[in-house]
Parts: sequence; C-alpha cells; structure tokens
Amino acid sequence: MSAPLETVEIALIVNGERVKRSVPARLNLADFLRHELELTGTHVGCEHGVCGACTVRVDGEIVRSCLMFAAQADGCKVDTIEGLSDSREIEELQSAFVLTNALQCGFCTPGVLMAAQALLRDEPNPSRERIREYLSGNYCRCTGYQAIVDAIEAVAKARAARSK
Amino acid sequence: MKAPRFAYARPASIAEAIALLDKHKDDARVLAGGQSLVPMLNFRVAAPKVLVDINRISALAGIKIAKAHVRIGALTRHAEIERSADVAKHLPLVAAAMPHIAHPAIRNRGTFGGSCALADPAAELPACALALGATFVVAGKKGERRIAAGDFFKGLYATALKPGELLVAAEFPLPRPGDTSAFGELARRHGDYAMVGVAAHGSGKSVRAAFFGVGDRPEVFEADTVDGLLSKVETDLEPRADLHASAATKLHLAKVLAGRVLKQLIA
Repeated sequence: MSAPLETVEIALIVNGERVKRSVPARLNLADFLRHELELTGTHVGCEHGVCGACTVRVDGEIVRSCLMFAAQADGCKVDTIEGLSDSREIEELQSAFVLTNALQCGFCTPGVLMAAQALLRDEPNPSRERIREYLSGNYCRCTGYQAIVDAIEAVAKARAARSK
Repeated sequence: MKAPRFAYARPASIAEAIALLDKHKDDARVLAGGQSLVPMLNFRVAAPKVLVDINRISALAGIKIAKAHVRIGALTRHAEIERSADVAKHLPLVAAAMPHIAHPAIRNRGTFGGSCALADPAAELPACALALGATFVVAGKKGERRIAAGDFFKGLYATALKPGELLVAAEFPLPRPGDTSAFGELARRHGDYAMVGVAAHGSGKSVRAAFFGVGDRPEVFEADTVDGLLSKVETDLEPRADLHASAATKLHLAKVLAGRVLKQLIA
C-alpha cells in the first residue's frame, strides 16, 4: 500500500481472534479497541502518552495505544487486559492487587497490570526501586503506589519461591 | 484530543517513502514511533495532510558495526538500542542515556531517528550525537547526503532536513582505546524530559560536553581538559528558562550536574 488514504482496511489479531475492519486513518488504537471492539478495559486517560492507562501489547511488547493509529496495527497481534485476564496470564497479579489493596478507583489498573506483567516477564526478580522505575510511566492518583509495588513484589517472590 | 483528519500512507521502501515525501513536501510528516508526533497531532499542534508511516521499512532499522563507525538506523527502537550489546560496548554514552528516555512502553515504540529528527531541545539523543561527533545520513530525491551532528540541529524542533528528505541513519565514530564518556540528567520524575542534562565524551586530546534542556538546542562545550571544560561551563553557560525552571535554577543545576558528570571522565 502506498497511496495516502483517509480510510484504511485493517486485519489484525486481538486477544487471539481475527478482526477485520475498515477504519478512519486518524482513529487511534485505544479508541478502536474501545469503540469498535467494545474492549473497554483499555482506558483512555491523557491521550498524549503520559498516563499509561491505555497500555496494551502489540506483537508481545507493551505500547501506548493512544499513540498508535489502528491503521498501524494492521497485521499485528494485539493483546488487551481482557485477553490477559481471560487467559489467566495475570491471575496471580490480579489476586495480589486485591490482597494488598493495590487499586482504588481502578482507572489505572489495566495499564499497571500490563506493565507489571511485562516487567516480570523480562526481569523475574526486580527490586522495589526497579519496580517503581519501570512503572514511572503509569500514573495512579489513588494508591500512592506503595501497595502496587507491594503486590508486584509479592508475585515476584512467590514465583521465585515456586521455581526453587 | 484526537488527531485531525489526515491521509495515511505506508511505503514499503525508502525510495517509496521519499517519493511520497517529495510529492507532498510540507503537507507530509514522517510517522516513525509516533511518541512525540501523535501527541502533537492530538494537541493539534501539527496537522499534516499526509502521514508517511515508515514503520514497515526494514532497511531503516537496526544497528550495524562498520570499520570506522557504528550505524544506527533511523527506525531502530529505543528498546533495541537499550538492549544492544554492540551499543553497550562501542557507544557506552548512548547506552547510559537510554534508561532516561521516557518509559518502557514509550521506548518499545519510539525511534532513534524520530528523536533526532524532532530535535526537542531537552532530548537525550541529539546531545549524545553532538558529544560523540556523529554524522547523520539523509536521503532525498537526489540521493543521500551526510550532515555532521554539529550542522544538523538548527534550533527548536528545527534540523537541517529539507522538505522531501528522510533521515536514514546516524553513524557514530568507533571510540579509540582510552576514550571515556559520561551521562547525567536531572528530571522531576524518572523518564520525564530533562530539566537539564549533559552528555560528555573525552579522548586523549580533548573533552566535549553537550548540555540539553538549556536552550533551543543542545549547547556544546569543548576543551583540552575536564578542568578547562568546567571553567568554560562556569563562565559561558547561559541556560534559558522554560516550563520546568527559571534560568537561575537551571544554571545552578547545570553546574552541579557538570561537576558530577564531567569528573567521571577522569575517574
């Protein structure tokens, strides 16, 4: 494809399911997921890449879905919080978040879980400081982060203990 | 807070991208990682008629070691540079800068070339390119040309790139034995743009430091010794105020940072 188009045909895999749509070029991936696919677990906060609430996985790596156009996800594999939750990939993190009160209003939680899962995948045993640094791109206005760090640290330790 | 209407093109090759850029000139913007351009679109600070998405042009991505330089393709993601053993070995300054660039999800998407072509005055990579004396490779309808980093950054979000041209790569000279480098920045929150930062490189003969977040582009200082450089900074650095801090605060921070970072060159 090379001629500029205002409407773009896309085919992608979202949470394991094939999706085909015709989308306006200006539609961002977050709005596509929420409005077109009704996957409203991906939250839209700042719409300029600062808050992290819209974090999803594209081809296995976490990205801001507000800073990517749906047209750019053509041919990609997209995983949202619904996918990670249904596959039970983040079950432990979810339980730990409940146990430690790591969420209050819950608006940031899907993005935080996406980021936390990515961190633990690449670095199974992060320090508290590293967890904070990794989550520096995810804003939470309720918890003060302490409980979020507690939850992620608890999951890392539980996984490490099991693998011994 | 949504992007204005635009037409989207996704060229498969550098030649195709250049043809599109040449055809649409000032009406077109290159969409690389989009980590700065998309916010600018959402804020309606930018409203190009055509977006040329270069994300599928594989020839633009990757890190290669040549005889005399390390070549970083414009489309190379920050995350790839951060993980690169070649960069860690040959360009420790660039490696040291990477963790300061925004956050993991941004680094997965943002590109080396995008950061340099945007020329944000508080960005890390332009300062690294200046400190290390990199050369930018730019392609246009008439072929390729090379631009020294010192001639590339022209001011606030301004570079030597002409309408219709595409940044292809940057070539960093391979370090010589005994070269040293040091990097530091001060930001309110990890991953924010720097209030002030410095990228420094020292060889046997001279030391060079590029301060960023101090004006409309990085400011470069050069001297024979670290002490000579520090005294030049003391007398000549005149940061401008911005949203983060007054000029006086920035000057104080820059001097503190210079002391901390530049001394690492001889440590």
